[in-house]
Amino acid sequence: MADINVLEKEVPQTNYDGHHDDHHGDKFQSSFIDRYIFSQDHKTIAKQFLITGMIWAIIGSAMSIIFRLQLGFPDSDMSWLQPLLGGWIQINPTTGLGSIDPQFYYALVTMHGTILVFFVLTAGLSGTFSNLLIPLQCGARDMASPMLNMLSYWFFFLAGAVLFISLFLNTGPFSGGWTGYPPLSGLPQASDGSKAGATLWILSLVFFVVSVLLGGINYITTVINMRTKGMHMFRLPLTIWAFLVTAILALLSFPVLASGFFMLTFDRVLGTSFFLNEIFVAGEVLTTRVGGSAILFQHLFWFLGHPEVYIIILPAMGLVSEVLSIHCRKPVFGYKAMVFSILAIGVLSFLVWAHHMYMTGMNPFIANIFILFTLIIAVPSAVKVFNWIATIWGGNLRINSASLFAIGFVSMFISGGLTGIFLGNAAIDIQQHDTYFVVAHFHIVMGVAAFFGMFAGIYHWFPRMYGRFMNETLGKIHFWGSMIGAYAIFGPMHYLGMAGVPRRYYSFENFDAFAGFASMNQFITIAAIATFFCQILFVINFFYSIYKGKKQTEMNPWGATSIEWTAPVNCGHGNWEGDIPEVHRWPYDFGRHGRDFIPQTEPLADGEIDGGH
Amino acid sequence: MEMVASPKKIQRIHPKKFALWMAMLSMIMLFSALTSAYIVQKASSDWLQFPLPQQFFYSTAVILSCSIVLHVAYKAFVDKNYQLYKLLLSLGFGLAVSFVALQYSGWLILNEMGVFVYTNQSSSFFVLLVGVHALHVLGGIAALLISWIFAMRKNTMEWSQKGQLRLELTCTYWHFVDVLWLYLLGFLWLQQ
Ligand code: HEM
Ligand SMILES: [Cu+2]
Repeated sequence: MADINVLEKEVPQTNYDGHHDDHHGDKFQSSFIDRYIFSQDHKTIAKQFLITGMIWAIIGSAMSIIFRLQLGFPDSDMSWLQPLLGGWIQINPTTGLGSIDPQFYYALVTMHGTILVFFVLTAGLSGTFSNLLIPLQCGARDMASPMLNMLSYWFFFLAGAVLFISLFLNTGPFSGGWTGYPPLSGLPQASDGSKAGATLWILSLVFFVVSVLLGGINYITTVINMRTKGMHMFRLPLTIWAFLVTAILALLSFPVLASGFFMLTFDRVLGTSFFLNEIFVAGEVLTTRVGGSAILFQHLFWFLGHPEVYIIILPAMGLVSEVLSIHCRKPVFGYKAMVFSILAIGVLSFLVWAHHMYMTGMNPFIANIFILFTLIIAVPSAVKVFNWIATIWGGNLRINSASLFAIGFVSMFISGGLTGIFLGNAAIDIQQHDTYFVVAHFHIVMGVAAFFGMFAGIYHWFPRMYGRFMNETLGKIHFWGSMIGAYAIFGPMHYLGMAGVPRRYYSFENFDAFAGFASMNQFITIAAIATFFCQILFVINFFYSIYKGKKQTEMNPWGATSIEWTAPVNCGHGNWEGDIPEVHRWPYDFGRHGRDFIPQTEPLADGEIDGGH
Repeated sequence: MEMVASPKKIQRIHPKKFALWMAMLSMIMLFSALTSAYIVQKASSDWLQFPLPQQFFYSTAVILSCSIVLHVAYKAFVDKNYQLYKLLLSLGFGLAVSFVALQYSGWLILNEMGVFVYTNQSSSFFVLLVGVHALHVLGGIAALLISWIFAMRKNTMEWSQKGQLRLELTCTYWHFVDVLWLYLLGFLWLQQ
């Protein structure tokens, strides 16, 4: 190991100076538009991703509140929503009660999933923090290509604009579920949402794929090629490792989704039948085209879909590792084990996709292989959980919003990971597939956990973004509200699922078997509304603190070792005023040699061994 | 430890070049997905066999020579032989455009034979593979066009590191779509 380090130190780190000094200074930020709109500064782009993601999060969760109202209170009058939803509220002519149009209910569920998975937890999370932290923590003035980085944001914006427009279509937005299975996505005549709504949904996601690829290429290139002097790979904070593997996963899996979208478009426009085979709906012949296979789309979708869930969770894991270590004043436990777990998760996440398809009639022997890999991927996940707990154990924990959310993340990840192991076994999944058990599983392990990781990151790096702190009291209320709220929403769903209640149903009134769950559904809806308002607290806190938050007075307010805090508060494009700092040690020297922390920029003492090795 | 005493300058790959390699990796994934889907569907449906028109073989020769011409053009640029460079760049550009044109004419021949995109899984996949590849070629043509405009705008050309890098990236990308086409042709050939 030591020899390799010597070798790496000789490498001229980054310094394609001509390239960077270009935009130091800075002639590119002379006007308002260059500075705030078409900015090429990675810090501004990070804020753009974050705020756009927040807006989408509000829209997407508001949708879930609307469909939860319908589920929880099917007999109540919803006509008060008419000013917002117009014709999508049906008034029953005999009772005069308003309820949500079933087609629109499905559209809401679909939009909720698409928005949250792609726009909020992919773009809003990895887009924000990869942009903010990769150059700052690696020690680069900006991304490898600031131009492509800017385009990455604007393609994301475009994707959002297209999806937003589809909300106002006459026939409604796409309504075939966030997974977009054909025939609902492949055949315009299959449903109202399959018409223009599906076209715009596909277009939007194609733009989104472009955005992810442009971003990902930049992140990888920057981490691999533009680290500052002395920053070899095993001196990178775990955040950067997580962002790197995330970007690699995205680079390898999103093109496969794109291939599925190309084929869908062919089916929709050119009359091919990649995914279609004699489709009948309600006894009506919709197409006589033969030869295609809807299962093929599922394979293409989940080949992206499963890596995608790790694309969402890995950045959150990275943020949590960093936040926990800093606020426990302890080195992260098992740094290298963490790195290798991230890598193992990255590799394995490509080998488990068919666990979403146990019920498609696949050969049980093939299912067994996927069971095996699915259970194996739980191992690196468990290693990480163990290491987080060991990091907290005996640490000198500072209780603040960031560390609370990081601990909340660990709790959520354990709860949701356990149910994953149930689902990973085909024999159990036969019962649980497409029930609320699955909904509970992925909301806890992905939805809530990733949000918690993001919150931990925002509370922690807010000063780095805006030079001010967020309000701690509001932050703690936000934490406890979200923690209790999330378990109150998704806990009961496990029970519903085990009782066999299927997901994506508009109403259970016609099923005697599920008649007993009305009050549980009411409870879930009320918990969801309360949790939603708790998030509004966060939004208020965020925007209030940008202007009125407590000012950051020290450069390194948390006593962190990593080099993003060596750049001045509110630094301009180019980050550091003088030279980029040189790095001499790993990023987790807390409590070493009797000192609270030793920054990465401090040279090793004579005979001192770098902590990471 | 001697390494510290005699620092050797190890040049890392230029970030833009590295980024291009990453982009090519994602394109490889795209085409692996498409060809895997091809194999799966071929095994499970009525598959219509049709011969590949000659045009597709001619187009192979064209794209190969395009790659070679661009490579020599790059050499000429580095040697500051601007007359030759301009000539070869124009030639390469012409070859690139005729690649797409030839493929399109081959497709028209298939239409005459009664093979359309929706005729059978086989023809749908054929259009999909060839079409998505052609889209990537169009991207390369756009990049060539930029170099070409730069070359033609000035009477006396100047060598710059930036210009050389741009040209090098363009060439790399062209070699890539070239190899990609060879792969697709071989694939379609083997599947017959
Ligand atoms: C301990 C490891 C995990 C295992 C064994 C596991 C297993 C599974 C299985 C078998 C399913 C399919 C259930 C069905 O549809 O019948 C599933 C669904 C899902 N899982 Fe996991 N999972 C794990 C961790 C995760 C993580 C970490 C995430 C995200 C960060 C995640 C996100 C999802 C999502 C989004 C779905 C549902 C997608 C849908 O049908 O809409 N899972 N999981
Ligand atoms: Cu999965």
